[in-house]
Amino acid sequence: MSERSPLFYGAILVGGLIFGFGLGLSQMARPEVVLDFLQFEDFGLLFVMGGGAITSAIVFAVVPRLFGRAPITGDAFRRREKSMDKNVIVGGSIFGVGWGLSGICPGAAYASVGVGNFPILIAIGGMFLGAYAHGLWRSSRQSADVGAATAD
Amino acid sequence: MIGTPLQLTIEALFPNGVAHYAAGGLLIGLGVAVIYASTGIIAGASTFLESTLSYVSSVPRLNRPSYVASRDWRVVFTLGIVGGAAIYALTLGPGGWTTDVQWWRLLVGGVLVGIGTRLGKGCTSGHGVCGVGSGSNTSILNVATFMAFAIGTAQLVSALGVSP
Repeated sequence: MSERSPLFYGAILVGGLIFGFGLGLSQMARPEVVLDFLQFEDFGLLFVMGGGAITSAIVFAVVPRLFGRAPITGDAFRRREKSMDKNVIVGGSIFGVGWGLSGICPGAAYASVGVGNFPILIAIGGMFLGAYAHGLWRSSRQSADVGAATAD
Repeated sequence: MIGTPLQLTIEALFPNGVAHYAAGGLLIGLGVAVIYASTGIIAGASTFLESTLSYVSSVPRLNRPSYVASRDWRVVFTLGIVGGAAIYALTLGPGGWTTDVQWWRLLVGGVLVGIGTRLGKGCTSGHGVCGVGSGSNTSILNVATFMAFAIGTAQLVSALGVSP
């Protein structure tokens, strides 16, 4: 990967700042509000994900028509299309249990650090542990697959 | 003040109103938009977990070329999220605050979130905002799954008398 320009990192930072401000304003950085939503006591969070998804849907539809390629990187515009397999369901289930237990998801956890909610670092530490455990597992499974494939 | 049945229903469903929720969601989408329009990148929050581990770990999965290539900007993006939320807290927001949710819920929930987002290829921002916004069936299925399990878990934990 070639060196990225200061302009590139500036755009990422500005996007992150707006994203983080939005997470703060939306109250998603507050586990209690997320748990209230999941316990059907306040359905306001529907407007957070709905508002975010509608905005991004408009942007993903309009931006590629305005610019042929991304001005800073020269890259083509794509949509977010991940492949479908059973991991999407299994992973979503595990994620859901974790989110329902803690009331916090990754982006909201980073935002929560910004408001001085230091106990959230426990959750972020847990997320790193989980991601590391998953990485170890996938790597060992992959090398086992390669071993099996080359064995015959 | 007596409201119509519809008003009462809306107040019961949205006891804190909807304006700041909708405005927050709009800004989350706008943050995605700034990065997308300028760089073509669709930024989710959770890949940061793996790509950042690649700085300190040699585990092959964590060192996939796409992670190593994106790990620097993902750190910048995350610092932006932290900074943006800090600006919110100090301006429109109530200043700093801390959560009362018990530590074991944060820890165990965090571990499961970390595993689940990596196995399921995304989180609330990647699938929930960007993927659904892309009209991706994979993302819609993932969001429906994690919503169902999150609601079930939160209600069960609450029914067991754990609070907060």
